[in-house]
Amino acid sequence: MDFILQPWAWYVGGPLIAISLLLYFYFGKNFGASTNFETLCTMAGAGKVSDYFKKDWKDRDFALLFVIGLIIGGFISSLYLIPNQTIDLNPKTVQELTDLGFSNIGSQYFPEEIFGEEALFSLKGFLILLISGILVGFGTRYAGGCTSGHAITGLSSLQLPSLLAVIGFFIGGIIATWFIIPIIF
Amino acid sequence: MVYNSNYILGMKNIKFLFLGIFFAIVLSKTQAISWYRFYEMFKFQSFHMFGIIGGAVVISMIFMQLFKKGIIKDNNGNKIVPKQKKKGFIRTVLGGTLFGLGWGISGACAAPIFVILGFKLMPALILLFGAILGAFFYGLLSKKLPS
Repeated sequence: MDFILQPWAWYVGGPLIAISLLLYFYFGKNFGASTNFETLCTMAGAGKVSDYFKKDWKDRDFALLFVIGLIIGGFISSLYLIPNQTIDLNPKTVQELTDLGFSNIGSQYFPEEIFGEEALFSLKGFLILLISGILVGFGTRYAGGCTSGHAITGLSSLQLPSLLAVIGFFIGGIIATWFIIPIIF
Repeated sequence: MVYNSNYILGMKNIKFLFLGIFFAIVLSKTQAISWYRFYEMFKFQSFHMFGIIGGAVVISMIFMQLFKKGIIKDNNGNKIVPKQKKKGFIRTVLGGTLFGLGWGISGACAAPIFVILGFKLMPALILLFGAILGAFFYGLLSKKLPS
């Protein structure tokens, strides 16, 4: 029981993610998460606006079930499996974020400065989340995959497009954390 | 007994729901949905996320070899062949960079957005709405974008 409630180490996470990939392929489908954003567009009627979305979303019912599972799993984890969300951060990270004006750093998974109510109901905070979301949705579909599809599935099957995409992920992530976050906070 | 085909289809794929729950718990318990974990990853201040993603990739490589050699087949006995990703330098690098920007700021990539709904409902709904909107914009522009 203690193991269930403690944070799991990286060397537990890597293999368990690989096992998730294995099961996904064993069940006969290609592992990934971001195509669901397109499927949700199709379900919302985007096919009326663009032929790109004229697909039968029922062909992807397995992926939608996976997504529903992700949501349920998130609720189970947050309600029952993580009594303490403290993150053991590098003192350098804590110092940097303190200098940027963040508080209670690492006391929860999500900083109040981005995920808190005050941020949410301010124009700036709302736009930070909305624009990040748009970038994630647009970028992942343009690149043809996300962390699951490109970084894990694509790299492990030695695909060059995935290596390029992952290089892109890091270029974007580095620009965001080294330059954009210090500007917006 | 009379079976409704939709019912059978539903049952056949219900395993993906359980796999989703499992994957969400793995991501949550290893802190791989935390904003801080991705911030420190992109700042190269911690090994944690590199260990998780790197470990997942290395072990998945072994699985991919077993798929390729036909030692592991899918549950219908078919050979497992991962889909080939679309090629293109601009598409992957520029698309990847845009994705990375969103990921770096919000600390959420695709699968975690759904998981975070269980932790921070309203912010995650905004992220999800944005991501769906972003995919919609991509669909509208897909033919005009350089690949």
